Amino acid sequence: MDIFRNLLHHGRMKSPWFLHFDCGSCNGCDIETLACLTPRYDVERFGAVNIGNPKHADVLLVTGTVNPRNRLVLRQIFDQMPSPKAVVAVGACSLSGGVFRGAYNVVGGVHEVIPVDVSVPGCPPRPEAIIDGLLEAMAAMAAKIGRGPAPGPTLMPWDPDPGREEPASARPPDSRAAPDGNGKAPEERGTAPAPAPDASPPVAEDSGRDPDARPPDGHDQAGPGSAGTAAG
Amino acid sequence: MTLPIIGTLACLVLAAFTGGLLGGIDRRLTARLQSRQGPPILQPFLDVAKLLGKTPSVTNAWIVPCAILTLASTAVALAILLRGGDLLLILFVLAAGAVFQTAGALCVPSPYSHLGAHRELLLMLVHEPILILVFTGIAMCTGSFSVADVFREQAPLLPRMPLCFLALGYALTIRLRKSPFDFAASPHAHQELVRGLLTEYAGPYLALLEIAHWLETVLLLGVCALLWHTSLLGMAMLALGSFLAEILLDNATARLTWQWMVRRMSPLAVMGLALVNLLWLYVA
Ligand code: SF4
Repeated sequence: MDIFRNLLHHGRMKSPWFLHFDCGSCNGCDIETLACLTPRYDVERFGAVNIGNPKHADVLLVTGTVNPRNRLVLRQIFDQMPSPKAVVAVGACSLSGGVFRGAYNVVGGVHEVIPVDVSVPGCPPRPEAIIDGLLEAMAAMAAKIGRGPAPGPTLMPWDPDPGREEPASARPPDSRAAPDGNGKAPEERGTAPAPAPDASPPVAEDSGRDPDARPPDGHDQAGPGSAGTAAG
Repeated sequence: MTLPIIGTLACLVLAAFTGGLLGGIDRRLTARLQSRQGPPILQPFLDVAKLLGKTPSVTNAWIVPCAILTLASTAVALAILLRGGDLLLILFVLAAGAVFQTAGALCVPSPYSHLGAHRELLLMLVHEPILILVFTGIAMCTGSFSVADVFREQAPLLPRMPLCFLALGYALTIRLRKSPFDFAASPHAHQELVRGLLTEYAGPYLALLEIAHWLETVLLLGVCALLWHTSLLGMAMLALGSFLAEILLDNATARLTWQWMVRRMSPLAVMGLALVNLLWLYVA
């Protein structure tokens, strides 16, 4: 019986069928997500298939911001997926609202509606980062059903140690909610990689909107345990 | 009595394994044809293991018996072929399986599933007569519909029924859900119909249908192989050749519309091909 169970689990880890849901993105992230299917990146190497059907999917890849209309759709799609399942938020918009944060019709990140397991920052993230996030989601899924440790955040060499104190230069998190501070000011780039303890695959240049720098009112439903949004 | 049953069951397991392997080769070859690297050869088995481990959830309880019966009738049809049974019986048992699958897709309130089921019925309307004509051709050569009688023939059948073989290839393309006839339940996901016929089969039930599809692949390739029964090499060549041709065709053609299927010229031309072959057999 144990052999059978291990076989099942092996299959589960090696066959991440994903559902790509465009939750109102600017299409930048969608193009990059679909680029994962192209010969250059070929996500099918890992057995992943863009399945387009929540009832068959294991991983929900969400791009774009959530708004009051599509939050119901997002919730419903998530509920239709049979467990075990995992959610990957792709792009700054689905992490926090991104450049659209604070707009009258934007609820915020995906985590406001459904539990997010892996966050892939970037605007848009590179296809390599999305593939990495997808595979990280499998580890998060295994942790959820009690088979293996929850994956920690993936840091780049230039990222500060998440255990250390936040540098004083880091801008207050909710400055982005202000209408003028929409993430385009050059100095924001400079302070960008400050506290980044999220499960971010190696995307360096765009960590300016890391999911951690949430406004204090952002309810982090990312789940129990681990740092940042990694592995809920 | 029990020995043949055990033998047949073992053969069925072997056939399922072969079918899965063929599926993996198909995915890999398709990826290479698209200059991708492609999944591991054993990927179909991983997928089925994954699906078996998912939480079962159905929108209508009838899906469950439908999936089980589809698998059962495909297995029975293959067993009949392996035991040298009746070709017509194989056809009817196989059709019963396909009908169960379609019925399951029709008993849920999903528009994608319904559209897929209706298209599947259209496809069945086309490929069943073709298969009957091909089997009739075999019967005209051997004098009976029995598979065992085919093996009593001295000469291979293919030289006497080349046009029937072409028609069989057409039916094979439909049953293997290959382009250009993959508009009912496309294996390449995220198409216009989501998964069409298979939309509402989820988790373990999708896995059952997947195994049924493996068995059906082996069954149909076995029927192809019947046309060169005199040598093992000939059988293998014919079956593998048809399979590779299907993969090439799958990658070289675009999906047709379902309207194309009901136009008089298209399927009838193929049936005409088989009929010409039958006439030739009758006259010769
Ligand atoms: S993160 Fe950037 S690329 Fe992605 S949807 Fe938002 S604005 Fe577009």
